[in-house]
Amino acid sequence: MSEPLVEVKNLKVRFDVREGIIKAVDGATFTVHYGQTLGVIGESGCGKSVTARAILNMVPKPGKVVGGEILYHRRRPSENGSEVTEIVNILDLDPDGEEIRQIRGGEIAMIFQEPMSSLTPVYTAGAHITEAVTLHRLLPIRKVGDQMAETIQAHRRVSKQEAKEIAIEMLRRVGIPNPRERVDAYPHQLSGGQRQRVMIAIALSCQPDMLIADEPTTALDVSIEAQILDLMRELQEETNMAIMFITHNLGVVAEMAQEIVVMYLGNIVERASVVDIFYNPKHPYTRALLESIPRFGKGRRQRLTSIKGMVPDPFHLPSGCLFHPRCPHFMPGKCDRIEPKWTQVGDNHWVRCLLYEKE
Amino acid sequence: MAEQERRDNILLEVRGLKKYFPIQRGLLRRTVGYVRAVDDVSLYVREGETLGLVGESGCGKTTTGRCIIRLYEPTAGQIHFKTTALSPNGDPQMVDLLSLDKERMKTVRREMAMIFQDPINSLNPRMTVFDIIAEPMEIHGMGRGPEVEETVVRLLEHVGLRPEHMLRYPHEFSGGQRQRIGIARALALNPRLVICDEPVSALDVSIQAQTLNLLLDLQKDFGLSYIFIAHDLSVVQHVSDRVAVMYVGKVVEVADVEHLYSRPLHPYTEALLSAVPKPDPLYKSERILMQGDVADPANPPSGCYFHPRCRYAQPICEREAPEFRELEPDHWVACHRAGELHLKGV
Amino acid sequence: MTANEPNEAKQPKKQISQSYWNLVWWRFKKNKLAIAGAIIVLSFYFVCALFAEFFAPYLLEHKSDYLEARPQWIHFVDPEGHFHLRPFVYGLEKKIDPMLRKRTYIVDTSKRYSIYFFVHGEPYKLFGLIPMDIHLFGPDPKDPEAYVFLFGTDRLGRDMFSRIIYGGRLSLLIGLLGQIMTIFLGTVLGAISGYYGGAVDMFVQRVTEFLAAFPDIPLFMALAAIIPPQWSPIWVYFMLTLILAIVRWGGLARQVRGMVLSLREREYVLAALSFGASDRRVLFRHLIPGAMSHIIVIATLAIPSMILAETALSWLGLGLRPPLTSWGVLLQEVSNVRAIRFAPWLLTPVPFVITTVLAYNMLGDGLRDALDPYGSR
Repeated sequence: MSEPLVEVKNLKVRFDVREGIIKAVDGATFTVHYGQTLGVIGESGCGKSVTARAILNMVPKPGKVVGGEILYHRRRPSENGSEVTEIVNILDLDPDGEEIRQIRGGEIAMIFQEPMSSLTPVYTAGAHITEAVTLHRLLPIRKVGDQMAETIQAHRRVSKQEAKEIAIEMLRRVGIPNPRERVDAYPHQLSGGQRQRVMIAIALSCQPDMLIADEPTTALDVSIEAQILDLMRELQEETNMAIMFITHNLGVVAEMAQEIVVMYLGNIVERASVVDIFYNPKHPYTRALLESIPRFGKGRRQRLTSIKGMVPDPFHLPSGCLFHPRCPHFMPGKCDRIEPKWTQVGDNHWVRCLLYEKE
Repeated sequence: MAEQERRDNILLEVRGLKKYFPIQRGLLRRTVGYVRAVDDVSLYVREGETLGLVGESGCGKTTTGRCIIRLYEPTAGQIHFKTTALSPNGDPQMVDLLSLDKERMKTVRREMAMIFQDPINSLNPRMTVFDIIAEPMEIHGMGRGPEVEETVVRLLEHVGLRPEHMLRYPHEFSGGQRQRIGIARALALNPRLVICDEPVSALDVSIQAQTLNLLLDLQKDFGLSYIFIAHDLSVVQHVSDRVAVMYVGKVVEVADVEHLYSRPLHPYTEALLSAVPKPDPLYKSERILMQGDVADPANPPSGCYFHPRCRYAQPICEREAPEFRELEPDHWVACHRAGELHLKGV
Repeated sequence: MTANEPNEAKQPKKQISQSYWNLVWWRFKKNKLAIAGAIIVLSFYFVCALFAEFFAPYLLEHKSDYLEARPQWIHFVDPEGHFHLRPFVYGLEKKIDPMLRKRTYIVDTSKRYSIYFFVHGEPYKLFGLIPMDIHLFGPDPKDPEAYVFLFGTDRLGRDMFSRIIYGGRLSLLIGLLGQIMTIFLGTVLGAISGYYGGAVDMFVQRVTEFLAAFPDIPLFMALAAIIPPQWSPIWVYFMLTLILAIVRWGGLARQVRGMVLSLREREYVLAALSFGASDRRVLFRHLIPGAMSHIIVIATLAIPSMILAETALSWLGLGLRPPLTSWGVLLQEVSNVRAIRFAPWLLTPVPFVITTVLAYNMLGDGLRDALDPYGSR
């Protein structure tokens, strides 16, 4: 394993809403390494996006981080020219402070599923601009190229002309046709897929140490998705960037990730290398997920193995193991009473399931 | 399969379907051009089978589906549908939907239904589940009071919801449950053909599996035929008997699902199949990257629409539009070089 | 999973089913300001529009001998320091200011007029039907000398308090009636224009643009000039309401058109169409109910501008004319500096106009948040 970049330790995020408290993330622990891709998989509501946002100390309201730490191994040039690593707990930083702003976008970049969410009326114009620079959202009112150049300049020491050249090059690499012309387009003149690619180009053009990609290709066609995934891997090789790839698409994660965490209802239930997850899954939830997707060559028109029931209501979480009401290996009197602990089941393969806990 | 038998089983046959949306500009809204959303599509669906319709966004698959059910008025073409609703004794007869007047079209609509993608937008938030599922019956003036209620209860049970759910509102349900309500509504009039427009793409993985299972069960129970529109090739492969691949308003290849996936004849199909991320970390194969973007349906390239992105393109591809031909039995393709190329499937 | 997921997660899973309007009411209730606005608006309508005759101590045209009398304050304690449970006012003594050659009043603490509740005063007909003579409060009915002018009197010696209540009736109703007509015109034309498109849409669009481009006041003036002066005041009133509606429907129509355009592409509308639903069904079952929350919000927020328009027009002499009395008509009396200088109490309708406008805005804002037309719903 290469050097760690971000260590998340026992992260807990709560949402205090009028109906009660939601444990959006309850004790997430994992590490993202330089030059590696960590895949985070899980269904909607499992807390994967909230975890990602916590890394940038940007948990949306009314959410609050109530425990744990996020240690960022920040590499900075020291006075004598060599590089030193200083460890910062991101949760200790002022969420509106100067330091976190430097980290956001420049050192840890994030891309979202929705490229035009800046159009939501809840943000003021001022917030838009700062957010666009730090979080790579597109502003509808300005040319794509100008927005890119500005972001690049905010994080890299280049002239305006150079920034524009970088922007054009990045647009070319994400597969935008005629990048030299499209750089002067306004966001609304691009298709949804192109906007998403522009966002990815902006995020990657800052050469971040870590890229948090939250369902970045979900809205894209497979041919474009393939281009983007290839580009991300290429850049990762060039710059040793770490990627945290959040998705529900098991195919994408199988291609991209070296290590995977599986989340269910705010908990990480299994953590292993990608090969172990796909070839030797331990947790019943991971197994069920893998069995429930249709695959090429898997018996056509046969019933898929589906997980029974629905994801429970976050206000009435089951006791014991959160998955027990839907689990095919439910052990009455055990799974509904005891909260499973982390158990090591293989080399760097951890699972939280009572089936594997020794008495 | 004998030609005659093949014809007999056909429930729907679309010939030369075109839908051009005018591009209007200026104060007087002059038409300056057309978006060829659907451009000469021909396909057929046999009784009890599922035809998958795949393609990238903007390829016209949704428009094709909406034209078939006449939500959009096609610009040209014929849509032959075998209906039992028009003859008094219930005998099946082939009619061209586009030749029907409003009244007769409404009657035929009983035998067609649609399932939509978005489980939030496809149900009116102001109506109860009962009102939503009963609406088709209300529109057709079928039954009153207890009869309707009985049907709604039966439909809810079929899709795995409880009868007491019927007085609730859509926002009280999860995405998967809402999609079930939409499916129940589609079944309300006992249709023969159901057009499923991306029915599972907005759902979570585990819910997607439940919904696909439900659709397969219902097909068996009611003898439904599906047109299954989706962009996810693995989902389409799972549910379909035959698959049609669309590109910029045209069908470029139709075949049996096994043939299409294992031995595609069109380079576009090959590229699409290779681009799908496989849920297997040890699977290694060369990915065919398509250059550039999908062609603009308002201003398509000359010849074969796919030639600018095709790695097998030759001068003829730029000059001439390929003919849509049956290269192998029941395997249709529109490519000049189909047959001479050896393309890879999955 | 997206950023708005927490919102998704906090969707209540209540056992009892809640309709959309239940949810709206539940959300509205939590907004204190909106509730306050609603209470003020409703009580104004209750007092002025429904029971003006009861709440006003005098009738509209009751003229007293006290011309431009200053407001009398309500007292409970007399000059000797005795407390009286029954509130009273002091009498007024007329004086002529020799310097200004102007009538003034000084408070005469020797005369005490008690205020009686549920008194038999001047007879009137409640809702124009039920003969009654009970007023909420008034001077001693047995003492013909007694009087009570809480907000003073006008040039002709009429009680301002009573006149404001009566004036409120027309001012408040013109806003409401005008807005109802606006909703009707705007919703129907906007929905048709959005749903059918084509030539109808083109025509409606151009008309709304024409109306939007035309400055309000000259248009009002031109239209008001059409009203024949010999018409009965009540017809003038209706014409004015109609004029206000005709000038103002365009904005709502454009909004409804936009809503219908976006709702028309909603999948539930397509679903209804795919089953063969008629245009009328789609419009009235799906599109207009879907746009209703928008319409209500826009309409509520527009009522104050109707009221203000009436006030402004009447003040300019283009709107209602005496004997009809509205807040605007009352304010016509203070169209010169002299009146403001010597009888500032004639301005008392102003706070009422302001309160109404603010209350409506608070109510409208609350409705907007509760109905959440721009939200994720």
